[in-house]
Amino acid sequence: MNKRLKLILKNPGFQSFLASLVCIVLGLLIGYIVLLFINAEGATQAILMIIKNFFKYPSAGAAMKYFGSTLVKAAPLLMCSLSVLFAYKTGLFNIGAAGQYALGAGICLYCALALRLPWFVCIVFAMCGGAFLGVISGILKSLCNVNEVISGIMLNWISLYTVNTMLAGVKEETSHYTMNISNVNTDALLPKLGLDKLFTNNQYVTLALPLSVIVAIIINIILDKTKLGFELKATGLNKFAAKYSGMAEKKNTILTLAISGALAAMGASLFYLTGYEQWSVTSSSVPAMGFNGIAAAFLGGLSPIGAIFSSFFIQHITEGGAYVDKTKYCSQISDLISSIIIYLCGFVLFMKQFMNNMIRRSELKKGGKG
Amino acid sequence: MSLLLQYTLLYASVLILVALGGCFSEHSGVINLGLEGIMVIGAMGGALALKMLGGYPVIVILIVTVLAAAICGMIYSLLLAVACINFMSDQTIIGTALNILGTALATVIIKAINIAENPDDVSSNVQYIQGKKALQINIGNFQLNYFMIITLVLLILSYIILYKTRFGLRLMACGEHPQAADSVGINVYKTRYMGVLISGFLGGIGGIAYITAGVSEWKFENGVAGFGFLALAVMIFGQWKPQRIALAALLFGCFRALSNVYSGISLLAGLKLNSTAYNMMPYIISLIVLALTSKNSRAPKAEGVPYLKGMR
Repeated sequence: MNKRLKLILKNPGFQSFLASLVCIVLGLLIGYIVLLFINAEGATQAILMIIKNFFKYPSAGAAMKYFGSTLVKAAPLLMCSLSVLFAYKTGLFNIGAAGQYALGAGICLYCALALRLPWFVCIVFAMCGGAFLGVISGILKSLCNVNEVISGIMLNWISLYTVNTMLAGVKEETSHYTMNISNVNTDALLPKLGLDKLFTNNQYVTLALPLSVIVAIIINIILDKTKLGFELKATGLNKFAAKYSGMAEKKNTILTLAISGALAAMGASLFYLTGYEQWSVTSSSVPAMGFNGIAAAFLGGLSPIGAIFSSFFIQHITEGGAYVDKTKYCSQISDLISSIIIYLCGFVLFMKQFMNNMIRRSELKKGGKG
Repeated sequence: MSLLLQYTLLYASVLILVALGGCFSEHSGVINLGLEGIMVIGAMGGALALKMLGGYPVIVILIVTVLAAAICGMIYSLLLAVACINFMSDQTIIGTALNILGTALATVIIKAINIAENPDDVSSNVQYIQGKKALQINIGNFQLNYFMIITLVLLILSYIILYKTRFGLRLMACGEHPQAADSVGINVYKTRYMGVLISGFLGGIGGIAYITAGVSEWKFENGVAGFGFLALAVMIFGQWKPQRIALAALLFGCFRALSNVYSGISLLAGLKLNSTAYNMMPYIISLIVLALTSKNSRAPKAEGVPYLKGMR
């Protein structure tokens, strides 16, 4: 190995990138094998469809439009993954992001449809709702010693049923979906800022895209450059050391989960206030967005900037799944691939250790010669 | 009233089975958050067996279904064992991944089978009306389900195995202080594997017991609706002890059963509560119960910590 290559390999950022790449490749490979088992004939075409997603459209205009649609859904996913990774830095696993997302969706739609409030007020109320759920988990964790994963799951189901009841009043009479915001209260739609023009007049491309990227950058700054971020990370690395050096570790736990909840709920409002999708009041499970957020957070190497790319990738293959040949396969094959990726992300630590061991061994060998 | 008792016992059986699964895994030192996924995969194996065995004698249906569910659960739990015991992965990430993977995998497999049988059928449903009838015996207007008996047997067995056998005591030693256990010649890795496999066995049976309680077809896209996590709450409330888990499960099972039968009980129907309130009840109760009981938790000391031989 030459010196420069070794320096690059030693860089933790590059190691995370390499590990994520391995996860993606293995995830796609296992997905391909599953497709082969189901029906060998169209498997290659199906996996290519998943990878290609909007590139399958021959005209540049159509491709841009569907690229826009993928981005519209990638923005809330990015927010959910920020929510998960922010909590994880403090050593907390916020699986409640799914419920916080659901409650955020419920509150912002209720504010928009029933109370006819403008969009920024809807977002603020939604964020308060998500933060409230986070605080419940945080208090249970720090004062009552309840594992945040279990309280998160319980709150997911409670918020799902609450949202279904809450939105039953603003649904369309003939269907079980909520009313379309653009027919009821156009003030609640997120401003487009002319971005729709860039994506062949895709009306759903709005302020949400730049806003979510800005939030990612802010989270990155908070974690890396502020006292709060330092304290949160210290609490995550060693709770007892943090406590001994005078940090309020209980307050930090609650605060982290509150911020984390607000992020997930904001993600929901950035999606539902575009009018792209309506909430079904007969939903029997929380939206998958929160769980996919976990995949995106770990795939992005737990860095907010990495999360921008990983959320796009996860959403890209999820959308691509919709294009597989439905007479042979089902679109859930992309859920399968992203869950395999989460599973493989559990091995990232091992992969990094393996890389470091390899580098050390080659260094030792050289040292022996000298 | 007998209907309430019937559903309480049914749901309690499921909770006992799955919570015991969690109990074995955690006593060996591995947190099993993937119980939900294990239940789904076990349920899938069992449901497919039930569907295929429609006309066979009861005893055959019962044995094959339970074995299919248990074996599927065990194979699936190996994913947890390999990652957490050999590769020292974060047990929370792997558990969560198993939950999401379980639902996705079951949906993909069931849909592939449905499409292969009939290209127009794109649902993720499995029907097992015929097979399900074989699992019940009617005594008056009370339907006794074989899973209640199986649960009782497994509950007593679990108690004996954990507290009265060499294996059980060694298992618990690995969850309390693996270094000490290793120093007296217990193979910690092997024991933890056994713990996780037993949890797969019990979780798988719990899965098929859950989806055959009350309904005769199951939509696998929905997973098992958080039941695996309710079972974890039962386990914590039961302080990781089989006999207490059984009592806790009866309490939770009763609240879950209420959402099925509240309209038939005049006292509750008179309250005019929304059905949503009853759906939420088990989750709210479990949050409250956890908040009150977790403070003095008797969790195994070394749970969640990967064991590395050379580590002090």
